[in-house]
Amino acid sequence: MKWQNIFKAAFQSILKNRMRSLLTSLGIIIGVGAVIVMVGIGQGSQYRIKKEIDALGANMLIIFPSHSRMGGVSRGAGSYNRFTLADTRKLQKESSLTAGISAIVGSGGQIIGGDSNWNSRIYGVDPSYLEIRAWSLKSGTFFTERDVRAKAKVTVIGQTVKENLFPDSNPVGERIRINNTPFTVIGVLAEKGQDPRGMDQDDVVLAPSTTVLYRLKGGRYISYMMASAISTKDIGAAQEELTQLLRDAHKIKPGEDNDFIIRNQAEITEAAASAAHILTLLLGSIAAVSLLVGGIGIMNIMLVSVTERTREIGIRLAVGARESDILVHFLTEAVVLSLIGGIIGISIAYGVGAILNHFTDLTAMIQPQIVMMAFGVSGAVGIFFGFYPAKKAARLNPIDALRHE
Amino acid sequence: MTTVIETRGLKKNYRMGTVTVHALRGINLSVETGEFVSIMGASGSGKSTLMNMLGCLDTPSEGEYLLDGENVNNLTRNQYADIRNQKVGFVFQGFNLLAKTTALENVELPLFYDRSNRVPHTRQAAMDALERVGLADRVHHEPNQMSGGEQQRVAIARALVNNPAIILADEPTGNLDSHTSVEILALFQELNEQGITVVLVTHEPDLALYTRRVIQMSDGRIVGDKSVESRLIAREVLPTLPTLENGENGEVQS
Repeated sequence: MKWQNIFKAAFQSILKNRMRSLLTSLGIIIGVGAVIVMVGIGQGSQYRIKKEIDALGANMLIIFPSHSRMGGVSRGAGSYNRFTLADTRKLQKESSLTAGISAIVGSGGQIIGGDSNWNSRIYGVDPSYLEIRAWSLKSGTFFTERDVRAKAKVTVIGQTVKENLFPDSNPVGERIRINNTPFTVIGVLAEKGQDPRGMDQDDVVLAPSTTVLYRLKGGRYISYMMASAISTKDIGAAQEELTQLLRDAHKIKPGEDNDFIIRNQAEITEAAASAAHILTLLLGSIAAVSLLVGGIGIMNIMLVSVTERTREIGIRLAVGARESDILVHFLTEAVVLSLIGGIIGISIAYGVGAILNHFTDLTAMIQPQIVMMAFGVSGAVGIFFGFYPAKKAARLNPIDALRHE
Repeated sequence: MTTVIETRGLKKNYRMGTVTVHALRGINLSVETGEFVSIMGASGSGKSTLMNMLGCLDTPSEGEYLLDGENVNNLTRNQYADIRNQKVGFVFQGFNLLAKTTALENVELPLFYDRSNRVPHTRQAAMDALERVGLADRVHHEPNQMSGGEQQRVAIARALVNNPAIILADEPTGNLDSHTSVEILALFQELNEQGITVVLVTHEPDLALYTRRVIQMSDGRIVGDKSVESRLIAREVLPTLPTLENGENGEVQS
């Protein structure tokens, strides 16, 4: 047994026929590279579209207090069992399917700052509010849990408020008064424009929920709550969970109606789900077509290159190579060329991905499992079609293999 | 003297569509150690088919074949491969060297596949074989850098390297000019002097005169078998031959 000799012969064949080796690997390089880049672009686009849909607030749940019913008799507005901050804290502590829950304490008032004044809506919220709304800051920072506990007099203002109070200067660090209570501006929201109902979403002042409730508004009831599910597909489950937690909090017996309503963004959610579904189908077809085309390319090149070598196989058989020697030889060649081609293909794919991300609007997200799949399928096709014609040729009588033109 | 080749009633039939072609119709042949035999015959007389049977490149349809005292009928494919590797050195008309592979590596090829360890699997063994055919200074040349005569010498060195019981040459000079052909026969004569058994197929009666025994074939049968009475010695003939125009290349352009 001289396996090392046969491996040596295989490596010699690869090195001696650089052009043929390169062309053979090229099939694998293109197969692997194209599949990874195509699927990477698909996944990058899917990710971006999902992100943009999520920015519309697709995961958002709004929890309103409602009147309760007793045996079909509405007990009217007087029966409102309104929410307190304690309800919010309980949900925040016990919910597992939400990414964030915020109390909303609505108020309004006159805001004096800079050299002018402005009347706006004031919302007392929790730090997770930004994330729930998928809003972002243009400058400064948002308030923290510590500010909420301390009822800190800090505020984050929307663009419209900024334009009216501080048209030419940066308001971060400035003092404003809301209904005569002094606040420090710590941040400015990024511009959001109008909401679907035509309301200016930038005409808003945010402050910690406790500050607004205890220092501005007074009383113990918050207006409503907002929450975001951890993902679009968990909205239903999150809604169930919040319902159960709130029923417990409000001690509602089984069979009694809820004294609250949870609303979700059903239309946006449906759009998001169907977009995700279509994108997944699209991605699947891209991957399948790329793999098929790549695989056929590899198959052709391997078939041609190995069939062309029938005479060489004949020579090897004539000087005493066993069928298994030929098989190990060609298998080694196919594996080595597929490995080298695969590694080069993967490197090229990562390079192309980086170039696309850097210089174009396309986003390519290359996931390891796609890399493995492209590599696996191309390698398997390369090895099979490098091996199969060699196996056929090695089965010939040496004299028939030698006569092959 | 021992018998290297012995066949009894060797037959080979090919089926071509509905017609069966009888390429060999019962060959009884025996070759002793140290003989230099030529097999003559017209195209289609079955001489190449017989040669392929003797070299275990193809298997007979019927009959018995003893090679170097061993019965080589109905063996497995691996056993035939080992016989081709260890017992037979085959020289082809078209050289059949690996392209883009140096003379030395071509000669090493049978050593790669040798499982018997009768001969050392060293580069030196291949060098020695190349030296025996007079190519010690061309070991690192590739086939396309060599003349036809040189390529055939590499092929002969490859046939020699595993120290086979017999060398079988199927029209080894068919692609060579007459001067180079005689050079190749000089080499075979030299090897034969050293005790190597050689069987050579040719259709040129002139060349058969350099061997010791001529077997005449026709239509799949042996029709004549006689010793050469006045054997030519290639070394003596060579100086008298004119050098041909294409003698530089040595390969007949077809």
